[in-house]
Amino acid sequence: MTAPGKLSRREFLGVSAGGAAGLWLAVNLPPSAAEAAAPAGLSPDAWLRVEPSGVVTVFLAKSEMGQGTFTGMAVLVAEELEADWKSVRVVQADADAKRFGQMSTGGSRSVRGLFDPLRTAGAAAREMLVSAAAKRWKVDRATCRAEQGSVVHAPTGRRLGYGALATAAAREPVPRDPPLKDPSRWRLIGTRVPRLDGPDKVRGTARFGLDVRVPGLRFAAVARPPVVGGKVARFDAAKARAVAGVRHVVEVPSGVAVVADSTWAALQGREALAVTFEPGPNGALDSAALTKALAEAPPQKPARREGDVDAALAAAARRLEGTYELPLLAHATMEPMNATADVRRGRAELWLPTQAPTWAQADVAKALGLPLDRVKVHVTFLGGGFGRRAIPDFAVEAALVSRAVKAPVQVVWTREDDMRHDLYRPAARNELRAGLDAGGRLVAWHHRVRTPSISQQLFGTPQRWGDHPDVLESAIAFPYAAGAVQVEAAIPEVGVRVGWWRSVYASQNAFPEECFMDELAAAAGKDPLAFRLEHLPEGSRLRGALVLAAERAGWGKPLPAGRGRGLACHSSFGSHVAEVAEVSVVDGRVRVHRVVAAVDLGVALNPDSVEHQVEGAVVYGLSAALRGEITLAKGAVVQGNFDDYEPLRIDEVPEVEVHIVPSREAPGGIGEPGLPPIAPAVANAVFALTGKRIRRLPIGSLSGAA
Amino acid sequence: MARLTLLVNGRSHSVEVAPETPLLWVLRDTLGLTGTKFGCGQALCGACTVLVDGEAVRSCQLPAREAAGRRVTTIEGLSPEGDHPLQKAWIAGEVPQCGYCQSGQIMQAAALLEKNPHPSDADIDEAMRGNLCRCGTYGRIRRAIHAASGGRP
Repeated sequence: MTAPGKLSRREFLGVSAGGAAGLWLAVNLPPSAAEAAAPAGLSPDAWLRVEPSGVVTVFLAKSEMGQGTFTGMAVLVAEELEADWKSVRVVQADADAKRFGQMSTGGSRSVRGLFDPLRTAGAAAREMLVSAAAKRWKVDRATCRAEQGSVVHAPTGRRLGYGALATAAAREPVPRDPPLKDPSRWRLIGTRVPRLDGPDKVRGTARFGLDVRVPGLRFAAVARPPVVGGKVARFDAAKARAVAGVRHVVEVPSGVAVVADSTWAALQGREALAVTFEPGPNGALDSAALTKALAEAPPQKPARREGDVDAALAAAARRLEGTYELPLLAHATMEPMNATADVRRGRAELWLPTQAPTWAQADVAKALGLPLDRVKVHVTFLGGGFGRRAIPDFAVEAALVSRAVKAPVQVVWTREDDMRHDLYRPAARNELRAGLDAGGRLVAWHHRVRTPSISQQLFGTPQRWGDHPDVLESAIAFPYAAGAVQVEAAIPEVGVRVGWWRSVYASQNAFPEECFMDELAAAAGKDPLAFRLEHLPEGSRLRGALVLAAERAGWGKPLPAGRGRGLACHSSFGSHVAEVAEVSVVDGRVRVHRVVAAVDLGVALNPDSVEHQVEGAVVYGLSAALRGEITLAKGAVVQGNFDDYEPLRIDEVPEVEVHIVPSREAPGGIGEPGLPPIAPAVANAVFALTGKRIRRLPIGSLSGAA
Repeated sequence: MARLTLLVNGRSHSVEVAPETPLLWVLRDTLGLTGTKFGCGQALCGACTVLVDGEAVRSCQLPAREAAGRRVTTIEGLSPEGDHPLQKAWIAGEVPQCGYCQSGQIMQAAALLEKNPHPSDADIDEAMRGNLCRCGTYGRIRRAIHAASGGRP
């Protein structure tokens, strides 16, 4: 998720020699940056097929979890192919690392990583179709052009559809470097192409993980130890089996599974189990212990060091310090975790709402002791992902349950299961120090990030993706001119599972950074916007976004009584976002009325989708900022459902306006970058209104604020 | 176990289920109508909303025996061709992202428009506040309800 995902622009194309008629084209990509060190061969990441019927099929190796990739990826192919959009179909690809490389969706990487490769695939196919038509007509190919699913011979007006040309085109050599269209000729990119998955999603016919139905399907609920490292102590299988519809009670490594004819029977059976657990080594962990672990972790060597921060601080006219804390957060996707598996006769077939199909496949194969080619993974629609579905724990568990009962099984997680067995956005403590000179200019910036490393927990090293720990993602890129800068990590090991949560460490690091900048502005006696602009390089894209957001929000203009305005900006995942929040406080509760966002993401593949993602990121981030908090007691997560972990509801959300900076730069990500600025923008607005600084999230009731 | 007759989307179904089974699971697991979603099991999120005799009901809380003999409408039965004004407005306004909550949102909105063909923002807040959306499509839901009711876009 935090992988930079910088894919080389060099792509290699190859035509499949498969027996089927029609034109197949594979896009070969270098592996993602995470795997770049391995001397692996080049592996394809997406396929397109032009059928003799004229239908263009785009095989989607990304997971659709709401972000619009289903439509966006097809647009990239269709644009260069000059396909008739109405003839384009998207088929979700099964897990297949040989064909597609490591399939994973996250880090706002889909458009960024596939913008060139998918357009190139479409362009290559287009060139081959044009060549095939020129040969058929025995004319100079320069007199032919592709348009709307046909090749046209301009001098005579003759026209052949792609379907009629597809099989002949497959015999043409694949152009190594097909020309890409000038952006001025784009017909689809940059337009509001309607979502292809929209109709199914309003008719109840889109198939999510929980909607998978296969012959003989059983339903299962698993009683899992509530504490990481806990073990099942006792359970009463006979009582569970006595529930009508219950078929099996089996122990698997993750807990005790009750398998039944219906979900309800499985849940009733699980109730009847009366299972008890040994808590294990983390049984005493609670939120206070976690806070202590954060505060006590030894700092590492600075990962960024420019100048001498201590000397600059000593010489500063004014010194400030601030400590900012963030809680654990659950993902709480609307569709709880689930997986459907059929493991019989030495084969496994799974249907998964997953962000990581090939990872799931590999983990399932390992758990079952099967070769990869005996494990088939189909990807369904995801009822939300936000990073939770990048981890395949739910897949492995379902495979083991299915194997144990020799039947296809859908393991259903209840909301409580989902919330108490998440991989949480880590809790964090940020210690900041900064100095101002006599003119109120920043001369020293020191940010110490204290938080667990997701990469450490999952892969045994915090430096999975580069030379700095994952926890410093975005903090290390502190964008303001500050004279001396020092950024370092302190990474505790904790007995709670941590994972990637929408915008990952940018969600944690933007809050202290942008709140502390606000405090510094106030200390310098300067307007928060002016103070930031004073320290952002001229011409920087973040600066451009900030200026646009401020202008559209009417920064500096009077507000009605009882309203306050705050701003924040942050770059993450290749995009630059500024947000201005307008708030009021009633009975100690913060209400956000309006959010104006400006985003520079380079080329906006689909402006509607960009707006939608930013709107969504703002609401997701606001739910967390205002009241999102997971706490621990006796090693277990306290919250269980939407009563004690309650996202914002329709009557609590602001109007969100999204402005896109026009740009021809290569596209950045958009699923995540709208999130990091919202918490600090709101916190800064609360200060503007009340004079109270928010240094701990969630904001909750203001009576507790400093 | 008991045999119950359920009238779902205009069709009569005879099912053999434990009579306390929430309607949600009978719809999904017994009748295969998976358009109605499981979200929380506690009537806190609205993903499982269906119409029972025209009223929006959380099907995760309604025992099947209490639904017997009453008219149940799910997202699959809201309109014959999936072209209820709300469904059309949802498409035109590009409301869904992940889409998981949208069946429940649409059914809740359908019940609202039945009673109140031209709801105000406050009416929409009151009717829709039980339906959660984690993708944050609330602004578009509001606009789509207005559009479907012929109100402001």
